[in-house]
Formats: sequence, structure tokens, C-alpha cells
Amino acid sequence: MSAYEEVPIAQRQVALIDLLDRLLSGGVVLTGDLVLTIADVELVRISLNAVIVAVRGDEGAFGSLLPGASDAWEGATGERPG
Amino acid sequence: MGGELTYLYAVVRPTASLDGADPREAGGVADAPPRIVRVGGIAAVVGSVPEADYSEAALRNHLEDLGWLEEVARAHHAVVEFLAARTTVLPLRLATVYRDDDSVRAVLREGERAFAGMLDRFAGHVEWGVKVYAEPVAASDAAAAEESAESDPGRAYLRRRRQQRNARGAARSAAVEAVTRIRETAGELAVELVGHRPQQGQLAGSGAGENLANDSYLVPGDSSGAFHERVWRAAREMTGVRVEITGPWAPYSFVTLTGPDLPEGVRQS
Repeated sequence: MSAYEEVPIAQRQVALIDLLDRLLSGGVVLTGDLVLTIADVELVRISLNAVIVAVRGDEGAFGSLLPGASDAWEGATGERPG
Repeated sequence: MGGELTYLYAVVRPTASLDGADPREAGGVADAPPRIVRVGGIAAVVGSVPEADYSEAALRNHLEDLGWLEEVARAHHAVVEFLAARTTVLPLRLATVYRDDDSVRAVLREGERAFAGMLDRFAGHVEWGVKVYAEPVAASDAAAAEESAESDPGRAYLRRRRQQRNARGAARSAAVEAVTRIRETAGELAVELVGHRPQQGQLAGSGAGENLANDSYLVPGDSSGAFHERVWRAAREMTGVRVEITGPWAPYSFVTLTGPDLPEGVRQS
């Protein structure tokens, strides 16, 4: 089994779960005269366990599994010269 | 309830690169042709959607319907992709719906400076998703043969379980190591990293192994090739590890992480 798996990206339909990771927990969140915001929806009511996983994407997924993750995070997000 | 509401896809600069582009080609949520609402140097790409389906109560109901959610998500994404192919785009979160165009104009006016700053920041950058899976290698043929030669079925069972456990543990360790390496080496080429929650559940697909990392990297467009190369190299020849790259995406995962100077009306997620 090889780690190398080049996927022909352009020809492939985006996986729904990848899309929902981004559209439900990413994207600019605005206020103002909105009808409702996704954040206000009680998502536990949604009968979509898979979607709930996507929506609650901000819980620090690597806390226990990858103790070094926070360093990597800071390394990549911190202000670095150059 | 026969009225219409304004669905907001994205914020862009109404630049020359959009001239001649017809966003109606991108389809649109509720089959409503996307159009542009402009305020100064900023524009929102919007569509008119039926209040019957996008009022607060209707939205709440619809969001429980995976089929509906997928349809809207794909339509939203198609418009964002259309724009991203032509200019820098700030995608909005799914189902951002305003009462009318005037409400959108008010938000653009209020947030114009913040939007302009974000558009500058994301210009020339793309998002790449990098997912790392632990995929335990099945017992080898030799081991299977050895096992079938085992006369005691109880001992064969225990041996099989032990092998599975060992394979799983080894694959996990290797995958964790791959994640660390990728973050260190490929991460150097990125300006930001966001970790999404690892994928699981029915939508994650079966037989995909155990997803241990579901990261998004914001990468300068001209570093994308080198970034991919480093991702693949980091995990190459590791047994029990599968790496998947998705993208390029509009900077969905990063537009939420904005500076502290956002005016009221644009807030951090």
C-alpha cells in the first residue's frame, strides 16, 4: 500500500463531506438583517450525524491524538518573517 | 409568503476580470441566476430565492434534509468556483440570506474596508485540503496461510485479533508521523493552517480507513506544485498511511479567521 495517491482532481466531483466541512464551519459569517445564521440552528436536531461532525469542526480535533499539533498550528499561522 | 429574499454567495471586487463573465452560467441556488450588488469598490454576488423556502422556519426545516442541503451546497459552491476562477473571492457561509438587496448594501457599506483588506490578503492564494488516513494493512498471505494451518481455532482467532490490533496500532503511529511531517515540511510553504475535525460517519465513506487529520492549508498559488510535492514526499513509502489532497478551494476555511479590526456587521466565526 502506497501513501502516494494522486487523484485527478479536476475530473472528480467534490465530496459532499469536504464541501460541508467548508460551507458549514468556514465562510464569512455576517450579521445584519439576516434571516438566520447557520450557527443559530440547533444542529443536534438535524438527523445527519455526518453533518454534525462537519459543523462542529472547531473543537481542536488533535488535542489528545497529536500533542505536537498546537506547535505545528502556531508554526503555520503565526507571523513569520518572510 | 410569496416574496423573495436575497441569498448571498460571496464578496468580490467588481474588477475587469469579471467583465464579460456571466455569473448566470454558474447556475445558482433555487435556479435563481446570480447577479451583482455593488457598493463602491466592493460587490456581493447574490441571488433571489423564494421566501417560501428560505424564511427562517423553512430554512430550519430544510437543513434537516440532506438532499436539500447537498443541492444548495453544490449550487453555492458552483457560484463560488465560477468566481474563484476569475478573481479573488470571499465565500460566505452556506445559507446567508438577507431580507432584500438593501440589507446586503448596508452590510457592504459597513464592512467595505474589512472586505477590501481580506480581498488583499487572499489575493493569489488557494486553499488545499490534506487528509491523512490510517489504513491498516491486511494480514499478509503468508500469515493467512500460517493461520489456516493452525489446528486450534481458538488460538487462530486470538492470533488473528492480535495481528489486527498490531496492524491498526502501526498504521495509526505511521499516520500521526505523516501528519507531523506534512505540517512541518509542506506547512512551511503555507501562510496558514486550519485543522478541521477528522471525518467520520456515513458521509466519510466506508473503507476509507481512519481519518486522523483533515487540514486546510492556505498556500500562495505559485507554490502549489511544491506544496503538493512536499505533502506526497512526507508520507511516501509509509505503510498503512493514505494521503488525500483536495482542492484547490476558494479560501473557505480561512475567511473566518480574520483580523481583530472587523467592524460591526462582520464578525469572526
